[in-house]
Amino acid sequence: MDPFLFLLLAAIAVICALNLVVQTHPISSALSLVGVMGSLAILYLLLGAEFIAAAQMIVYAGAIMVLFIFVIMLLNAQGERLTRRGAYVKIFGVPLMALFLGLVAFVIQAALPRSEMVHFGGFTHGGPADIGRSLFTQYLLPFEVVSVLILIAIVGAIVLARKEID
Amino acid sequence: MNFYLLTLIKVAVVAGVFLTALAYLQWIERKVLAHIQLRPGPYRVGPHGLLQPLADVIKLITKEGFIPSHVNRFFYTLAPVLAVSLALVSISVLPFGPRIEVFGIETWMQLTDLKIGVLFVLAVSAVGVYGVALAGWASNNKYSLIGGLRSSAQMISYELPYAVAIAAPLLLLNTLSFREIVNAQSGYYFGFLPRWTIFQGPFPQIISFLIFLIAGFAETNRIPFDLPEAENELVAGYHTEYASMMFASFFMAEYANMLTVSLVATLMFLGGWNAPLPLPVSGFIPTVILVLVAAICFYHGAQPYRKWDRFTFPAAGIISLGLAAIFLVPILQPILLPLFWFIAKAGILLFVFIWIRGTLPRFRYDQLMHFAWTFLFPVAMLNLLVTGLMVALFGK
Amino acid sequence: MLSSSGVPLNWYLLLSAILFCIGIAGFLYRRNVITVFMSIELMLNAVNLSFVTFSYKFQQVDGHIFTFFVMVVAAAEAAVGLAIILTVFKNRKTLQVDDINSLKN
Repeated sequence: MDPFLFLLLAAIAVICALNLVVQTHPISSALSLVGVMGSLAILYLLLGAEFIAAAQMIVYAGAIMVLFIFVIMLLNAQGERLTRRGAYVKIFGVPLMALFLGLVAFVIQAALPRSEMVHFGGFTHGGPADIGRSLFTQYLLPFEVVSVLILIAIVGAIVLARKEID
Repeated sequence: MNFYLLTLIKVAVVAGVFLTALAYLQWIERKVLAHIQLRPGPYRVGPHGLLQPLADVIKLITKEGFIPSHVNRFFYTLAPVLAVSLALVSISVLPFGPRIEVFGIETWMQLTDLKIGVLFVLAVSAVGVYGVALAGWASNNKYSLIGGLRSSAQMISYELPYAVAIAAPLLLLNTLSFREIVNAQSGYYFGFLPRWTIFQGPFPQIISFLIFLIAGFAETNRIPFDLPEAENELVAGYHTEYASMMFASFFMAEYANMLTVSLVATLMFLGGWNAPLPLPVSGFIPTVILVLVAAICFYHGAQPYRKWDRFTFPAAGIISLGLAAIFLVPILQPILLPLFWFIAKAGILLFVFIWIRGTLPRFRYDQLMHFAWTFLFPVAMLNLLVTGLMVALFGK
Repeated sequence: MLSSSGVPLNWYLLLSAILFCIGIAGFLYRRNVITVFMSIELMLNAVNLSFVTFSYKFQQVDGHIFTFFVMVVAAAEAAVGLAIILTVFKNRKTLQVDDINSLKN
């Protein structure tokens, strides 16, 4: 059951990711990215990361991507036009990308030679309580810093997006 | 019994009941609105228009599914599917009653219980905006686009107070599973005051409950927050270009969302299926209410106002007397009483939804945003802080 | 349907690497600034998968915390980035990265 689910979700994720790159209209790309995020959320569940899976759906798919789609709709973005560099990039880019991927795969195989298995239910400390405990004890300082960061981001976004005051 | 078979049966029962409830919710809404406005409402199909939902369903199914030529076909068809499936999926984690025993099989009146049930519901409602936004964009029509834009902005804004209002009672209850949430609200203070979250110490969550309801109205695009489909400025908003079953999907999604919000509010704040009074007393309340209903029916049947009233009202009276008798059967009581309380609480909330639709005018768009960001969100945040402080000081 | 059969840990890391590479490809190929931005989000997602996988491998919750921080940073980034895109579009009337090539008119 586990390999089947993994392969299915991995296939969905990769196809959606490719679709993101291939589609010319931003809204198709955005929807593909939501597909990637959804399948990743289920993969997180398989890895025992319940809270992260829920946060992935709430924060990423439910807030960030909605913001993207909102902006795309607001600007009425059209499909992008092709540029001259397209062909030249395709000839060299794809083999280089494959090479890089092969390298990364080799490193992963070399670093983790024993094929450790992931079982559903093999990690049970990913619940909200565990995350909260860790977040408010060991990682309290980063947590506070990040909350200041997000405040700065809010202020920055408001300053950038406000109407010009003459 | 086989786990899979049991689950399939439960899914079939829940889906059947839920979809019927959706259809009849629409009938109830039309009736209540009509009576608020001193009209009779649907009256032709069946006694008191009771078969109107069936007629509507037949009409919507047999209508021609028409796709306009200027739309983006893929997203145009995807949007209603997304809207309705995301609206229906939350029901799978909501419990309707306690553990029961039917024919020797013990089971929960719930499809499945997640440890992160509350987060699941939040996640689904967060993603639910895609159906509306996509419909607005794919229709390629200025009214639809504005409707979709308004809806996504509104839903992002109200998602915040909605989530924060849910977070506050969770501090008291200390769990994210709906089953345990309801169990944590059982029992009574001083023998009569239920330990529901809106009454529970150290800090009763009444403010949170009100914020949740208001944000829930906005999340479901109901009046007074129905700007995405404001008919006098946007024709019909995001579903202007839709017809037949696709239109019905949006309609169903709206009612399913409304039902989900009511059920979640019942579970989180009103103690789920816990009775408002301790058992010996509360066991008789359903019977008393149903007998009263029967008495009113018989009274109106005896003084017929319309031609068929002398048959329909006594029939309804006899049905409610029969139900009243069923509620007194001791074997059925552990199943029926929790269900009764659960449905009664959710029903009252649904009535409030309809009542407000019949009463309040629509917000202006800037008022809506202003209200969310400068009033609702700060109050929800403040409530969360005070709750946290009280739990830290006086909690167990 | 054996419930005990698992998935090799490497597969998760490979999936993460593949998604990351696709993200790079999108970042370099696409000329629409919003799509470029989304490719960055895809790369962040791929890295998150690695974090969660390592969290499983070491049976510790730290990877989840990092993922959480990445999400928060991504949210901040989306807010500021989209505000910048809005401002640029207001001034230049275009979303093509090639056309946005001068700091001052």
